[in-house]
Amino acid sequence: MANSAALDLSSADKPKRSWPKFLQGETLVGWSFLTPSVIILFVFLILPLLMAFYFSFTNWSGTRPLDQPDAYQFVGFDNYQRWIIDGRRTDDFYRAVRNTLYYVLGVVPVQTVIALVLAVIVNQRWLRYKGFFRTAFYFPSITSSIVVSFIFLFLFSAGGPINTLLQVLNPSYQPIAWTGNNDGLIHLLLGGLGITRDTAGEWAQARILGLRAWDWIAGPSVALSTIMALAVWTTTGTLMVIYLSALQGIPSSVYEAAEVDGATGWAQFRYITLPLLKPTTFFVITLGLIGTFQVFDQIYVLQNDTTARTTTSVAYLVYTTAFRGTSPNLAEASAIAVVLFVIIFIATLLQRRFVGGDQAEY
Amino acid sequence: MTTTAPSLAAQATIPTRSPLSIILSVLAIAFLAAFAIIQIAPFILTVANSFKCDAAVENRPMAFIPRLETISCRDAEGRFILPDQQVDGLFFSPSLDGYRGILVNQLPRWAFNTLFLSVVVTVLRVIFNSMAGYALARLRFPGKRVIFFVVLGVLMIPGVVLLIPRFLLLKELGLLNTYHGYIITLASDAFGILLMKQFFESIPGEIEEAAMVDGASRVVIFWRIVLPMATPALTALTIFSFQGNWNNFMDALIILGGNTELYNLPLGLTVLRGSGQDVQYDLVLAGSVVTTLPMALIFFFFQRYFVEGISYTGLKG
Repeated sequence: MANSAALDLSSADKPKRSWPKFLQGETLVGWSFLTPSVIILFVFLILPLLMAFYFSFTNWSGTRPLDQPDAYQFVGFDNYQRWIIDGRRTDDFYRAVRNTLYYVLGVVPVQTVIALVLAVIVNQRWLRYKGFFRTAFYFPSITSSIVVSFIFLFLFSAGGPINTLLQVLNPSYQPIAWTGNNDGLIHLLLGGLGITRDTAGEWAQARILGLRAWDWIAGPSVALSTIMALAVWTTTGTLMVIYLSALQGIPSSVYEAAEVDGATGWAQFRYITLPLLKPTTFFVITLGLIGTFQVFDQIYVLQNDTTARTTTSVAYLVYTTAFRGTSPNLAEASAIAVVLFVIIFIATLLQRRFVGGDQAEY
Repeated sequence: MTTTAPSLAAQATIPTRSPLSIILSVLAIAFLAAFAIIQIAPFILTVANSFKCDAAVENRPMAFIPRLETISCRDAEGRFILPDQQVDGLFFSPSLDGYRGILVNQLPRWAFNTLFLSVVVTVLRVIFNSMAGYALARLRFPGKRVIFFVVLGVLMIPGVVLLIPRFLLLKELGLLNTYHGYIITLASDAFGILLMKQFFESIPGEIEEAAMVDGASRVVIFWRIVLPMATPALTALTIFSFQGNWNNFMDALIILGGNTELYNLPLGLTVLRGSGQDVQYDLVLAGSVVTTLPMALIFFFFQRYFVEGISYTGLKG
């Protein structure tokens, strides 16, 4: 390849006589520039991904040294069977799936909409102190997820600011243990209407994928909802800045033309701003999906033994299966990780389909 | 006068505002202000409570105005003081016991680890990412397209999937619980490579061609001409990488989790928390303030670059 191209060029023009040597040099330089990154990406990203697939088909618990000949055997789909199809761990897995789904479906739309609304307001011509608002909104995202989790642990503690504030506003309010409450929001709502698991009918007791139907529809628990609030609180500022820079890229002449045509503020937003922001929205939702499906740090800090069953995410389940509990098992944890990989992949494809990422570059 | 007023209003660049739009504007500002308070108040309460004794944090969290005298959390007989001895309404007497507590713990060591790891990883990433980005953007050589798609694909791998196999791999390589294990693992990343590639593609190639005509080699052109032009992208990359590593919990947990001497601040904070249900709020909040302060200072001094950096990633869409 390189040789034939070099021959053509060298016969063409006189000034390009040094081309063949130069091309060889470029290959050398190109590959030596790439080598450090390529090695790191292969060894610490691609190889581990392949290892996760590989070990998910073994029974290696992680305790036996790998250099022993009988360290592990291949067990086919046993790990997947045990956790996902109909084995004895399916209830743990689908409980984590439920928690994660509520988390994703609660956090992503809310943070996207709030970020968009804030960006549109901050972008108004008449607004002053734009810099202050941008700084204030962005600030929570500069610090560690662990710090933010501890701040929320403090805010929502029994005698903490949230309970104190609610008591000031409503003297009859009884402080509740936010981070220790397993009741689902929909369960509480239906309970308020007089519908409980026992009065709802036969269907509520039916088992679907390891969980009772009632548990599926119970909604995120109060404890999980505080973690969701945390996620929205942390991420909205970043997403707002992304939206804001996209808004500032829309030329004002577009709006001026619309005004001449008599388009009202809402019509302008609906028919100009939103369509032009579509690639940004796609990007913001992709970021949101990938981030929320992997929620881990916040759960690590805010979970306790009482709330484990309503706050464990799939990502956190991977960790606890591998390193904690009575019988840690790296092979089973790898299988869950592989499934999570597939879930995230499908979610990204689905949203590409529905939000339409065709304008986006990647 | 009165007759000219309407025509003046019509000529003004700002169109006349109907009562509805004024109400909407007021609502919009109220929404902004409320959200700003929600974003900032928790930090003010966190800083204030980091100067309170544990009992006062748990029972009198709202006091946020410090008095001038400081007090100790134990009285002359060594008993813990009551919350009301420290707090009065919205006022409180600051105590430094929480900060003394984290100094006795390994916090200085963790702060050093965090700084050291963040700086080294960031320097390596800036070098490796810009080299790889330049090769992908400008150089022509066989295999380039394959590598480009590999880098794009790697971007799709969720970090959580790598949690266990990375642990295994580093264990087998004898890199678990070492500084260099952490550093090598994170020394390059797909996001940074693509960011640099995109930036290099956006700068005109004529200068490089001119330098080539003058006989400069690609390496010289890269170091002397291209890199200095790439300051905006390099700044964004530096900030992202430093922030990401300063706040990195999951990689630190997996790679350094076995040796408290090597912990970074986020990992150390989870130790300060104490075991079980009883959280040591004074230590945790003081540790949170110390962890956040350097990033907050960097943010206030380099705010422009944070925002610009975010818009780079937004462009990538």
